Amino acid sequence: MTQTTFTGADGLLRVFEQEDVNVVFGFPGGAVIPIYDKLYHKIQDGSILHVLPRHEQGGAHAADGYARSTGKVGVVMATSGPGAMNLVTGLATAYMDSVPMVAITGQVKTHAIGKDAFQEADTIGVTMPITKHNYLLKNACDLPDVVREAFYIARSGRPGPVLIDVPFDVSAAPCTWHDRGFSPIPGYDPPGPGDPELVRKAAEMINAAEKPILYIGGGVISSGASDLLRELAHKANICVVHTTMGKGAFPETDPLSMGMPGMHGMAYASHALQHAGLIICIGARFDDRVTGDPSKFAPEAKVIHIDVDRAEINKVRRADVGIHGDAKKVLEQLVPQVNPRQPGQWEAHLDEWRRTHPLSYNTDPEDGIAPQYIVETLGEVTGNEAIVTTEVGQNQMWACQYYKCIRPRQFLTSSGLGTMGYGFPAAIGAQLGNPDKVVVDIAGDGSIQMCIQELATAVVHKLPVKIVILNNSCLGMVRQWQDLFYEKRYSATLLTGNPDFVKLAEAYGAVGFRVERKEDVRATLEKSLEITDRPTIMDFRVPGEENVYPMIPAGKTFDDMMETAPVGV
Amino acid sequence: MKHTISAMVENKPGVLARMSGLFARRGFNIDSLAVSTTEDPRISRTTITVNGDEYTLEQICNQLAKLIDVIQVIDHTTHSYVERELCLCKVASTRENRNDVLQLCQIFRADIISVAPTNLIIQVTGDEGKIDAFVRAIGDFDILEMVRTGKILLDRDTNGTQGEKA
Ligand SMILES: Cc1ncc(C[n+]2csc(CCOP(=O)(O)OP(=O)(O)O)c2C)c(N)n1
Repeated sequence: MTQTTFTGADGLLRVFEQEDVNVVFGFPGGAVIPIYDKLYHKIQDGSILHVLPRHEQGGAHAADGYARSTGKVGVVMATSGPGAMNLVTGLATAYMDSVPMVAITGQVKTHAIGKDAFQEADTIGVTMPITKHNYLLKNACDLPDVVREAFYIARSGRPGPVLIDVPFDVSAAPCTWHDRGFSPIPGYDPPGPGDPELVRKAAEMINAAEKPILYIGGGVISSGASDLLRELAHKANICVVHTTMGKGAFPETDPLSMGMPGMHGMAYASHALQHAGLIICIGARFDDRVTGDPSKFAPEAKVIHIDVDRAEINKVRRADVGIHGDAKKVLEQLVPQVNPRQPGQWEAHLDEWRRTHPLSYNTDPEDGIAPQYIVETLGEVTGNEAIVTTEVGQNQMWACQYYKCIRPRQFLTSSGLGTMGYGFPAAIGAQLGNPDKVVVDIAGDGSIQMCIQELATAVVHKLPVKIVILNNSCLGMVRQWQDLFYEKRYSATLLTGNPDFVKLAEAYGAVGFRVERKEDVRATLEKSLEITDRPTIMDFRVPGEENVYPMIPAGKTFDDMMETAPVGV
Repeated sequence: MKHTISAMVENKPGVLARMSGLFARRGFNIDSLAVSTTEDPRISRTTITVNGDEYTLEQICNQLAKLIDVIQVIDHTTHSYVERELCLCKVASTRENRNDVLQLCQIFRADIISVAPTNLIIQVTGDEGKIDAFVRAIGDFDILEMVRTGKILLDRDTNGTQGEKA
């Protein structure tokens, strides 16, 4: 050891090294100076890339995008009080979507805690309900063990964000390094394989099923079970519907893929789920955006529910067989017990629905550029290969509907919390984690303005993130509800005062394009792909009155689905 | 239906806040909650009584078990256990009616633990039903103040803190 004293901050960074952390998204401040001081050398020698976002929320979403796209734990750092509070939206977003993340926050000195000191906030209290676990450190020597434990908790079981609040004096204090290695946590034991008897029962039900459907969510991606899922689906010839979190877990170009069901899902996917005789749910949670009114959802279906989180089983829908376990390990047990199955009447029905209820949109060029067309063309020019992030609103749903994903960790969207402002910083994180991939944020003109300051971050790091703004000059999704259910009283949803996005891009040192004609869509997207050293904003002007269809109104059932715009509207 | 569960938790600051936050956020209505140390200084025991159906009970157990600091959750519904609650009751009493109060206390095997010129403090232990009956009976006098601990219990047949983490 060359340093004379080894401090809490050194301990923290030593564990970072052991955990193979090479990117930290962080924003400094008084309470984290001791940590940043030690980080200085790591940044200098290139062992850690420190990314300075322009707002801590951007940092948290970037760490989230990094984690979702790479499968590694994302790391974000902020100072006490305001810094920590700015992480809240990012933590809640990661928590709802089970993203592995470790957040380090500074805290006022231990003797000042609870005294309303300058820049003090009860970070532990505030973040308790939006983290998987959190810690307030009191002793420098505990730091290494706690950080290691935090990484373990963040990535294992049902992943999630873990926060460590480190008072100034704790990170500055001398500590002796005890490498105690890993010690088990008495109250935490993430599950492995499922109960063999239950797995056997599940296999029996699948082998006997006449109308089976696979309903899959993000759990398949986080456990790395995609290959096994494909094996199961193909072996037993079972069609697959996915949630937004499950997008990419099963290739959407596969003939067995039925797409996304639910509020704005494909009509045929909703039909398939609603009329199934057996729902095999893997790593999904019967969210209300999928089920509508749960009491009327899929009345004939028996349910097999495989989940790493025991609390999800029977939470919304009672499972006939509930298997608590890691999706990958359970599928390893299950796949060999499942018999090959020939497609029959049920599959004929599914094909029929697929044919008779396709996704469709207005292609009349008189009506302006259809946003759906832009997303579809993006899929073509990127060969379905891009990592796609989204903001929230209509843009997000069109991205779900029209961008076909072929592999896991390719589609990053705030599903659970629905956070506007997520997509762009998440794209920054994804691009840093995947320097060789094309990364595109599909955005609305409202959402993009929530974290647009991160353009600076992307420019500094020469990240060629593409921002596709579907610019409808309104908060489209809310306007859509007002249009359909509130007699077009567009209260506070028409966006005036939008900036000139092309000039804005240029002001930051990025590239901007404005596209007003359908003929220019493809060429502009292609041109943007040639830019490899800086971000690109494409401002696509789309009609303000376009709505997302199909739509099942909130809390309604699949019988209330509007497949296209109501006649006369 | 009333259920009683025990949660064995790590004896750390903030654990109760985590639990009560969870109850509040998920809309679980807790009847009583008692926390105390155990034979193991690293572990505290929380006894929770809750009014709700099977679904609520299952959710509470599963959600509680998810907290990292919760080591084990025991649902006592199907177990044989002994339960106790302690009640302290201050009643207005003068020399004239003191004997009547004493007589009632004898029936319930309750103790007088404080005597003042105008009041008595009575201590009674027992299961919830006995305490309820006592409170009804003592209601004939003038109750000035009363406090109950909430239920605590131990399973009869287990040896220490064993069993499945629910
Ligand atoms: C932080 C945040 N605030 C408010 C909302 C509510 N909300 C959901 S969609 C939406 C409109 C989004 O508008 P825009 O980004 O322009 O996208 P569009 O729907 O037009 O594609 C709003 C305001 C939200 N999801 N997140």
